[in-house]
Amino acid sequence: MPQRPLSPHLSVYQMYRYTLFTSFLNRATGVLLSIGLLVFVYWLMAVAGGSHAYARASAVLSLGIFKLVYMGLLLAFSYHLVAGIRHLIWDTGRGLERQQAKRSAWIVGVVSLVLMLLFVYWAFCPGAHRS
Amino acid sequence: MSLRSPLGRALGTGSAKEGVHHWWMQRLTSIALVPLSIWFVVSLLSLPSLDHATVVAWMGQSWTALLLILFVLVATWHSQLGVRVVAEDYIHGAGAKTLTLVVLTFVHALVAAAGVFAVLKVACGGAA
Repeated sequence: MPQRPLSPHLSVYQMYRYTLFTSFLNRATGVLLSIGLLVFVYWLMAVAGGSHAYARASAVLSLGIFKLVYMGLLLAFSYHLVAGIRHLIWDTGRGLERQQAKRSAWIVGVVSLVLMLLFVYWAFCPGAHRS
Repeated sequence: MSLRSPLGRALGTGSAKEGVHHWWMQRLTSIALVPLSIWFVVSLLSLPSLDHATVVAWMGQSWTALLLILFVLVATWHSQLGVRVVAEDYIHGAGAKTLTLVVLTFVHALVAAAGVFAVLKVACGGAA
């Protein structure tokens, strides 16, 4: 391949710019969710494998470390969902002015955080819905 | 006067009108995933427990099975499109890039097939 300068040039990026940060976060959460798909399908295959296979998989999937994984996935899902909707709105040609984009970045941050807290509370707090 | 080069005219090649295909499929799948993924997360969190019998009963319902299959297919498709771009952006060197893209595509195909197979097996009573 010719040695031309290639984008993206990770070393010259300034991560504290909100435009870059929101974009990077959307990618990172997307990749995380892709890994989450692997966990999800592993779980589906365990369900299909019958109760013994499921018990074995459950022993793995209920390890303490997986609590962190699920929390990370819920955070990733919340952010990727809301940021994705922001992208879809951009695709219609709306909200691209600097002030609007700055505002929507804040909205995405706040809404996804609230969404994540809701999901985590729902998933992890006993009594929130399960008896 | 045509702006096409003589070689281009001789080869008869030109835009296949598919330049936006990747972009368009990414949007289509993301639109579909908004309701599908919310349905999935909320349904999963709403299950009274995650023991085998409960999950099998849930996946045995026709609509659940149908939506799960759709979710698996659309999510893996969307994931494949997204991860592909990340690999194309950050992996330099033709060999490593091609190899990564091949592996990613195969893994996604495997994940999609396994997901659909598992849901169908459970829905048809194969995991009781």
